[in-house]
Amino acid sequence: MRTMKAAVSRAQTKGSTRASRAVKKTVGRYNADPDMLIQILLDLQTTLGWLSPGVLADVSEQLGVPVSRVYHIASFYKAFSLVPRGRHIIKVCMGTACQVRGAPQLVNVIASMLNMKPGETSEDRRFTLETVNCLGCCAMGPVIAVDGVYHSKPTTEDLRSIFKGAR
Amino acid sequence: MTDMNDNRLSSAKQLETLRKTILSKRDAEKPIITVCTGTACQAYGSLEIYRRFVEELERQGVEGSVLETKSTGCHGFCEQGPVVVIFPREICYVRVQLDDVPEIVSTTVAGGDVIERLVYRDPNTQEAIPKESDIPFYKRQMRLVFGNNRYIDPREIDDYIALGGYAALSKALLRMTPGEVLEEIKESNLRGRGGGGFPAGLKWETTRDASTGSKYVIVNCDEGDPGAYMDRSIMEGNPHAVLEGLVIGAYAIGSHDGFVYVRQEYPIAYENTMNAIDQARDYGLLGSDILGSGFDFEVVVHRGAGAFVSGESTALMSAIEGKVGEPRMKYIRTAVSGVKGMPTCLNNVETWANVPLIIERGAGWFKSIGTEGSKGTKIFSLVGKVNNTGLVEVPMGMTLRQLIYDIGGGIPQGKKFKAVQTGGPSGGVLPEQYLDTPIDFDELTGLGSMMGSGGMVVMDEDTCMVDTARYFVSFCCDESCGQCIPCREGLRTLRDILTDICEGKGKGGDIEAIEDIAEVMEDASLCALGGTAANPVLTTLKYFRDEYEAHIKENRCPAEACKALTSYYVDPAKCSACMICLRACPTEAIHGEKGIVHWIDQEKCIKCNTCYEVCPTRFSAVRRLSGEPLPPPPAPGTKVTREKKR
Repeated sequence: MRTMKAAVSRAQTKGSTRASRAVKKTVGRYNADPDMLIQILLDLQTTLGWLSPGVLADVSEQLGVPVSRVYHIASFYKAFSLVPRGRHIIKVCMGTACQVRGAPQLVNVIASMLNMKPGETSEDRRFTLETVNCLGCCAMGPVIAVDGVYHSKPTTEDLRSIFKGAR
Repeated sequence: MTDMNDNRLSSAKQLETLRKTILSKRDAEKPIITVCTGTACQAYGSLEIYRRFVEELERQGVEGSVLETKSTGCHGFCEQGPVVVIFPREICYVRVQLDDVPEIVSTTVAGGDVIERLVYRDPNTQEAIPKESDIPFYKRQMRLVFGNNRYIDPREIDDYIALGGYAALSKALLRMTPGEVLEEIKESNLRGRGGGGFPAGLKWETTRDASTGSKYVIVNCDEGDPGAYMDRSIMEGNPHAVLEGLVIGAYAIGSHDGFVYVRQEYPIAYENTMNAIDQARDYGLLGSDILGSGFDFEVVVHRGAGAFVSGESTALMSAIEGKVGEPRMKYIRTAVSGVKGMPTCLNNVETWANVPLIIERGAGWFKSIGTEGSKGTKIFSLVGKVNNTGLVEVPMGMTLRQLIYDIGGGIPQGKKFKAVQTGGPSGGVLPEQYLDTPIDFDELTGLGSMMGSGGMVVMDEDTCMVDTARYFVSFCCDESCGQCIPCREGLRTLRDILTDICEGKGKGGDIEAIEDIAEVMEDASLCALGGTAANPVLTTLKYFRDEYEAHIKENRCPAEACKALTSYYVDPAKCSACMICLRACPTEAIHGEKGIVHWIDQEKCIKCNTCYEVCPTRFSAVRRLSGEPLPPPPAPGTKVTREKKR
């Protein structure tokens, strides 16, 4: 938890130069069009992994949009993270099709194997465990996506090797 | 001007010439290998299989005898992925692995023989069915909108044009007036495939007549209903069909600017849409003076950032303006005042994809399919506890039984059908007695459920109906934007009550409280999502009230699914001490060793059902107990008593 707080406070005092460059480039790609605010934040989330207060302030300034609106959007949508996330993102699908095929049990299994709850990032920032509403590949359920790679009906053994492979 | 390139088509004749040129380069006799690279097949490794085919053809020196190796969008039979189909003989191989590729190339592609091992087998008759369209799953479908997916590389506009793509656009722009196009759609009685089933033609007309200023058209691909993925598969697998429909609609309405709104959870759909737009623009099928008609149209793609409520039309339009996607009251319809206060016509992916078909073949043809009030076909995502899961397109009016048993192949592992959930979080569950109901917009609404976007989640005896209601309510609770009290507080209270019931803490009066809250939510919520959010609760109560009562009065979950009311127990008389459950248990809660009866440490057990699933059926030693006391574990070191089979 301490490392995360440190990262947040660093980002608060001064946006890192990498983040500042990314903001400038992304805003430029959308011609600084305020209508494209959500699209810009999505790209930054992908590039940087999270949206620091410094990044939000930079976006607000460069688009001429109040920071309150930028923050409203960043906190409303699920795709955005306002805290640093883990190196590996585990998404467990909780769509209805996965639900009836045992997704709740699967989340429990993963949570107990990694000793963390859904929504949490591990202290060493190796994993972030998330539940998502539907990944749209219902025939494979229950399904998880680890760093964008889908795994269908993973067994305990599969999970052990997936997690072991994600350093 | 950069858009004055050589590829631009500026007449119907040039489009037709291009189509003939594409076809003339194709030898109909030569095999085409298609590898499904829809999301599900990709997850099973189909991209590597595709690459392996390209390498292997070269390695075996037979690439000259093959016309093309194609990666296509979703075929729909996701349960059997990765799927490989070899045309023109349409030989279909299922669950293909990387190591099968050399053999397919040498035996089928070069040798012309079918590999029995890779062919689909009917699970009931064991009959091997080599031809894709003979497989019962496909045979009973009518794949008008979805069927071209299997012939098309979604990244190649030429594939779409070869099949007659954009001919409807050419007909509409060059041989029909906008009024005639609108009349054709109205006449066809095409109803919106996204949820409510509102007649598309009327929506178009309202937008057209609204004012003389700018107007917008929108493709809604923010498919948020959990359990439905047809829009994803169309947008990924045949994006040009949607674009063509959109441009035709824009022409009828008099709009020159459109948007495609895609969920960010669908990265392939986004990429393929962007690519399709570039290619269409290159051919002059988007942009200025489309096909020399004088009609201009541009389209911009927006990604949704993950909010179910943003699929609601007013919320989606706010998101397109770069604002938070929250719904507003619809005193004025979005068809009159939508994006930036301008008239805006929004339809979902499947609705737009139907438009070129109607223009090309006529409203009369379209009306010949379906039921009195619901014309055409509908794509359903048939998922959950059903053998053949996947996407199926059938004429409106097919019964639930035909869909689940004839196409879906029934319930796996001989379990008993309990209910089918239609319409996502706004829909409801229907029990066995309604299996012979014809599926259309009005029939489903009449039973308290709805068509929605076409999710069809099959549930068997292991699914708890109270837990299902709790699931949908907590889904909506998480997704409620929180603006209006009936939805925000109503859902929260419903979730608390339902959670209590699932945890054995239900009490008298709970059911009545649920009904009261549901009524208020239905009457007083701001948008349709809140207004319909109680439907799953009300239908489960209507059809499965006894399950609610068993939870409340007997502390028993009849489906043995609710964790707090269910325990797992290894029957010492049946356990063979085979160590299978012991090894599979993720929390190491099972004790024992070879020859020593296993037992479950209830403190450590997280009730994940793994032991129950892995225990070999010939032993069936793991039992689930609900509403009855748990027997004590066997004395430590109890030896196996089960008699060995001779």
